[in-house]
Amino acid sequence: MSDINVLTSQDVYEIIFRIFDVIKENEKYLTDLDAAIGDADHGINMTRGFKLATERLKELNPSSDVGTIFNTVGMALLETVGGAAGPLYGMWFMNMAQVVMGKSELDKKTIAEILEAGLKGVQDIGGGTQPGEKTMVDAIYPALEELKKAAEDESVSLLEALRRAAEAAEKGMKATIPMIAKRGRASYLGERSRGHQDPGATSSYLIIKTFYDYLKEKTGQS
Amino acid sequence: MVGIVIISHSKKLAEGVKELVLQMVREGVKIEAVGGVAADPKALGTDPLRVKEAIEKVFDEKGVLIVGDFGSAILSARVALKMLPEEKRKLVAIANAPLVEGAFAAAVEASTGGDLESVKEAAEEARNLKKI
Ligand SMILES: [Mg+2]
Repeated sequence: MSDINVLTSQDVYEIIFRIFDVIKENEKYLTDLDAAIGDADHGINMTRGFKLATERLKELNPSSDVGTIFNTVGMALLETVGGAAGPLYGMWFMNMAQVVMGKSELDKKTIAEILEAGLKGVQDIGGGTQPGEKTMVDAIYPALEELKKAAEDESVSLLEALRRAAEAAEKGMKATIPMIAKRGRASYLGERSRGHQDPGATSSYLIIKTFYDYLKEKTGQS
Repeated sequence: MVGIVIISHSKKLAEGVKELVLQMVREGVKIEAVGGVAADPKALGTDPLRVKEAIEKVFDEKGVLIVGDFGSAILSARVALKMLPEEKRKLVAIANAPLVEGAFAAAVEASTGGDLESVKEAAEEARNLKKI
């Protein structure tokens, strides 16, 4: 096993294309989840957003820094997603961009920092969203906690850190099932929102997991 | 005069509210309507970048009030605010108000020279308006 300690800007560039594929593959799944407690457009909206994001990336100079890549993605999402996910995911990526402007490599610690900035953006735009409210935050927050722990621990590789983050995000996503929605259109349903997995937490998990899957493949482990 | 930005998921709804307001309040109120997603004219949604443009179009030294329908309209407004330079941002407020009644009450107050605070208050008080 060759140890990879950083994600390069080229890796991040490829990960965005991978996220587009994953979102597209899960388009119907995300839209069906949204149909249960929202307005049945989450998969469609996210696919449209990441489609434009990849188109914009193709116009970028291939040696662009990570900040520029994230910013390009964030702007594309703001412009095209349309639903609440547009401002939320847009700010996620734009806040991450601010931390790594000019950088071409991300180590474990930096990845924890960007996710922290991204989560803050999501919480801000949502009006102070906390874990437990059946939103994207329920997937991102536990992933960040794992990443922060891993960043402090010399013995944990980048791959293992991302694996733990993805696993925590998945748990967080599943934990939204019994929750009552406190934000967004699902909150109008009150008690009836129970028993459904949150579509935003699901897309957030898919994004975080794609970082892990990409590196796992690159490392040649399975 | 305080400028007003109307945001709806539906472009038709946003423009309809603007039309209605302008028919009733004629004294040159500065009002912009934004709605829908440029990338897909059939889709309902809001676009923070166009909200920002609308704020800039009606920008006034007395301020700008945003009245949105719900959900992502408010989230888009928050993102648009973040994208404005600090000195403009502090002159923009988001109303916690019903769309039609709020926009109308805000326009009336703005057209009579109210400041941002009173225009926002007028919009928010519109929720108590009795129809019957
Ligand atoms: Mg939706």
